[in-house]
Amino acid sequence: MTVKFKIDGVSVEAAEGASVLDVARRYGFEIPSLCHHEAVTPYGACRLCLVEIAKGGRKKLTTCCNYEVLEGISVVTDTPEIRRHRAMVLELILAEAPDAEPVRRLAAEYGVRTTRFPAKPKGEAGEKRDCILCGLCVRVCSEIVEANALTFNGRGEKRGVGTPYHEASDQCIGCASCASVCPTGCIEVKDTADAREIWGRKFGVVRCESCGAPFMTEAHRDRAVADGPLPAEYFKTCPACKRKALSGRFAAVGA
Amino acid sequence: MGKIGSPKELQSYREGLAKKRSDSKKVVAVCCGTGCNASGARKVAAAFAEELEKQGLGEQVELRPTGCHGFCERGTLVLMHPEETLYQRVKPEDVAEIVSKTVAKGEVLEKHVYDDPVTGEKHVKEHEIPFYKHQNRLILGKNGAIDPTKIDDYVALGGYGALSKALSMGPERVLDEVKRANVRGRGGGGFPAGRKWETCRNAPADKRYVICNADEGDPGAFMDRSVLEGNPHAVIEGMIIGAYTVGSDEGYVYVRHEYPLAVERLTIALEQAREKGFLGKDILGTGFSFDIKINRGGGAFVCGESTALMTSIEGKVGEPRAKHIHTVVAGLWGKPTNLNNVETWANIPLVIEKGADWYTSIGTKGSPGTKIFSLVGKVNNTGLVEAPMGMTLRQIIFDIGGGIPKGGAFKAVQTGGPSGGCLPAEKLDIPVDFDTLVEQGSMMGSGGMIVMDDRTCMVDVAKYFLGFLKFESCGKCTTCREGTRRLHELVTEIAEGRGTPETIALIEELAETVKEGSLCALGTTAVNPVRSTLQFFRDEYLAHVNEKRCPAGVCKALITYEITDACTGCMVCKKRCPEGVISGDKKQKHVIDAKKCIKCGICRDVCKFDAVRVY
Repeated sequence: MTVKFKIDGVSVEAAEGASVLDVARRYGFEIPSLCHHEAVTPYGACRLCLVEIAKGGRKKLTTCCNYEVLEGISVVTDTPEIRRHRAMVLELILAEAPDAEPVRRLAAEYGVRTTRFPAKPKGEAGEKRDCILCGLCVRVCSEIVEANALTFNGRGEKRGVGTPYHEASDQCIGCASCASVCPTGCIEVKDTADAREIWGRKFGVVRCESCGAPFMTEAHRDRAVADGPLPAEYFKTCPACKRKALSGRFAAVGA
Repeated sequence: MGKIGSPKELQSYREGLAKKRSDSKKVVAVCCGTGCNASGARKVAAAFAEELEKQGLGEQVELRPTGCHGFCERGTLVLMHPEETLYQRVKPEDVAEIVSKTVAKGEVLEKHVYDDPVTGEKHVKEHEIPFYKHQNRLILGKNGAIDPTKIDDYVALGGYGALSKALSMGPERVLDEVKRANVRGRGGGGFPAGRKWETCRNAPADKRYVICNADEGDPGAFMDRSVLEGNPHAVIEGMIIGAYTVGSDEGYVYVRHEYPLAVERLTIALEQAREKGFLGKDILGTGFSFDIKINRGGGAFVCGESTALMTSIEGKVGEPRAKHIHTVVAGLWGKPTNLNNVETWANIPLVIEKGADWYTSIGTKGSPGTKIFSLVGKVNNTGLVEAPMGMTLRQIIFDIGGGIPKGGAFKAVQTGGPSGGCLPAEKLDIPVDFDTLVEQGSMMGSGGMIVMDDRTCMVDVAKYFLGFLKFESCGKCTTCREGTRRLHELVTEIAEGRGTPETIALIEELAETVKEGSLCALGTTAVNPVRSTLQFFRDEYLAHVNEKRCPAGVCKALITYEITDACTGCMVCKKRCPEGVISGDKKQKHVIDAKKCIKCGICRDVCKFDAVRVY
């Protein structure tokens, strides 16, 4: 079913179930957000995608990442009021994660260069203050990787993210999907020639039989073989070499 | 008797019970609600059991341990039928005399009779006491007449009659009755229950759930707790009627683990309802099946929010989610779910039994029925109060509550729990109903009512509630997690004398974003205490900011304790000062060493001569 509605006066169309944010972006409207990724369930945590949505004569400010498109609604993505709230949210996030470069960049776009709130103090070990608790790592680990190795801990201002009880997790396969999806790059992955360290665990790595480069952890491969449709042979070569081999075959067909 | 197989059988069963329960029979009802239990009610009840036996009255007199009677200030309460004599502050050692004189001979013992702290008048009978006289206890009234562990007590008083009637009416007519009665959700929002039920009923699904929200978490609130502890079957009966109407076969009561007595009484009540055939398969022989499970919550305040509550039942972390699609359409496990709170469910049997016309004759046009409040704080008669909607704040606080203790002056009342607003004396004459409270910058909430006197600092109040809310915020969304925390920081700055006019401006700016931008109602309403105190008590904020002075004498960084010439040198404060910083000989004026004073206020509280001044 196709749904028709308006964004900033422009008529748009989308499939039922799509989020207003995804549709708006597809049509080229710029709406900021830090906790959204098309691959996982919308979460509504960062509050930056606040827009005004009018439905049946009633207008309200709401986040649009978790708002499913509806026939006849009218979305306004940018007003002085919306900008004011987004700027305040950015001030809050900036104080919480002063070292996060993407946050600073976005804040600057909203004219926020400093925050009126005292910045979170540096940790004892001088670790960066750049986690914004968007939960993308947790959602990717649970919905895409289905490892459920990450979780939120604590509540309110004590909220943090990590493995349950801060102990090394048996569920983690070291795939580092969490790190790749993190908007502020705050998840530490240490890759060396023969090991990967992440979330307090060290994983052995699989080397490509063709080029010799490490390309996944052994735990990742074992999970993929056990749960997925592909045979163990598939994981002997790295994606780059596979592509090369495949393109060679295509070249042969073409000739 | 086992299962009751039809409405007719229920009727005859009830008649049998009613015969045994004659009005002239002597009953000693001991309040064993949580408040009275804390003051030793269980021991009092045990003493009665022993004493009645000892004095040979065991056969003629029924001892009935009941749920909360509401007048917690005066616990342990003992109500004696049929005379309706109410004894207050009864201790186990009083029991022998009460049994031999009052129970056996009808003699009234003056010392246990209620004496009005304002007028000094004594009242023997429960309904003559001003605290009870001005109430309309439709829901709470039964607490004093029922042993919550005995389903027969409830059935004898007409219990499950509404269910029987509803089953004969059919779901459409029940829905119509609830809609016409305009029962509004007692959990806080005041959303019309009938409309909720209708949407749930009409949502296409193969399965629907009903939930009772018993996750009462407001500081000082214990309405739902007392209903569950004192009359659990009313809630269960309401839920069965609701399930029948929306087409559900499975229900949950989400009750916090900190309410062990409520869980215990509810567990017993559910078992007994199952035994009698009010729950389970083929209820009263009508083919309708429904059962209820108890889900114990871990005590997070946010789990009282409907979506967080449902997520918690699903076994996940109790975090709210956006309600763009309502839970009546997609709630628990994605199925249509009808959630109402304890008090709302307890209203349903009354509506069905007596009809919408009767129900709407009570309360106001927009908010029919009664509302239970937990009246606490600086008020003479603290306890649970059930008043018809539309009663004014003044009537509740002064007529029922007996006014402010120790001759203090009324300053503000906070309605609606931690996210409610503080209303000043000018608002005392507004009618208390869902819409008026919101118009005035507060809300009904679940019915908390905290009275404050002139010794309360409103900056301190805002600080306290923001502290509570920042602790209870789940932390999912930025505006609530960071916003409440920063608001708390800013208000603390003011309370500690570090505030500037910019601090107030930033509070107001931030509060607007927290209100507009938060994911769930915890965040959107968290700003109410600070916003309403800034609206009604701005002068007090300005005194803190501009003059570095706390007019109520509360904020420690800004106050000094001093002993005035009224001091008689009685040594009491000197003895009680925990830091030992008061000096002065007997019959000489004492002096506080201001540098070492920790400003605990004990000296002021213990001084009989009003000689300790705070400035």
